[in-house]
Amino acid sequence: MCATCGCSADGSVTMHIPGQENNQDHNHGHDHSHSHGKRIVDVEQDILQQNNLLAERNKGYFDAKNILALNLVSSPGSGKTTLLEKTLTDLKGQLTFAVIEGDQQTTNDADRIHATGTKVTQINTGKGCHLDAHMVLHAIQGMKPKNDSVLFIENVGNLVCPAMFDLGEKERVVIISVTEGDDKPLKYPDMFFTSTLCIINKIDLLPYVPFSIEKVKENAKKINRNLPIIEVSCTTGAGLQEWYDWLKSKVLAPELV
Amino acid sequence: MHELSIVMSIIEIATTQMEGADASEIEEIELEIGALSGVEENSFEFAWKQAVRNTPLQNAVRKINHIEGLATCLDCMIDFSITQLYDACPVCGGHFLNIKKGKELKVKSLVVN
Repeated sequence: MCATCGCSADGSVTMHIPGQENNQDHNHGHDHSHSHGKRIVDVEQDILQQNNLLAERNKGYFDAKNILALNLVSSPGSGKTTLLEKTLTDLKGQLTFAVIEGDQQTTNDADRIHATGTKVTQINTGKGCHLDAHMVLHAIQGMKPKNDSVLFIENVGNLVCPAMFDLGEKERVVIISVTEGDDKPLKYPDMFFTSTLCIINKIDLLPYVPFSIEKVKENAKKINRNLPIIEVSCTTGAGLQEWYDWLKSKVLAPELV
Repeated sequence: MHELSIVMSIIEIATTQMEGADASEIEEIELEIGALSGVEENSFEFAWKQAVRNTPLQNAVRKINHIEGLATCLDCMIDFSITQLYDACPVCGGHFLNIKKGKELKVKSLVVN
């Protein structure tokens, strides 16, 4: 943990909760400040509060700079990076982009994004299975994304852990590919519950796999009734326009051109 | 294995609270974990054992209040218990739900000394 963002392990960010005695000054008023003996401390604190506070901070930064932040989540191999490459290339000159890449190891994805001419930062989580708000905070401190830009945060490929960690994003996009099972939403309900858009990728492979688009939609809607679903193929380009339109509809700033 | 991050956060919260209460050890910790919170109990247990070593929680007795899932069907306006986010309303079979309970993930209290 670091000290610069107020999230150091020695607790420089603390919450004061009514009914809880954590005020040093308060203790001086008592005669028995040396040995309090056994006592109960009412904590009532959300375990993810530290992450959520930092996520709110990121959110404030994004709002102030009118940055549209999107958290891209999926299992490994669904085509997140390819979808990003395609998007960054096709919409070049129309929107300003920045990308944060999250992977356990390597800068392979960041290198691919860099090749499109987009500003990119790679976060390597080491053994970590998800990005958290703290990592994103430091990434944006380093990369300083421009005002009115679109920031893609490509999370670690994992449909379980990233669901619990708010990064301060405005939209959470879950991507699945047709080479996965159409019961994926039911297997990983938390991710589909918290997402605001679902992209079904690799639809050009539909003739070769036993994947039912209707089934997957039905399953996703069981968890998140209003989840919009867009079907795309990064290979043929099918459906990409719909994704670009959705993306542009979320951008509040005027387009560059 | 996000459970490890969860346990690390618990240690941080508990340590801060213990120090704030001018205490030097934690005898007991009470947690609230909802059935829909996304915490897998075996992983949590595994992470806990490893992570609390050499922390104030090392010898603490851990109590977990498990909170069952409760949802309201927004079409029928009835409450019913759920175990999965995709459970359907027992009356209309719909999935337009408001989750009322089960997402909890909290440090409730400590007994310090």
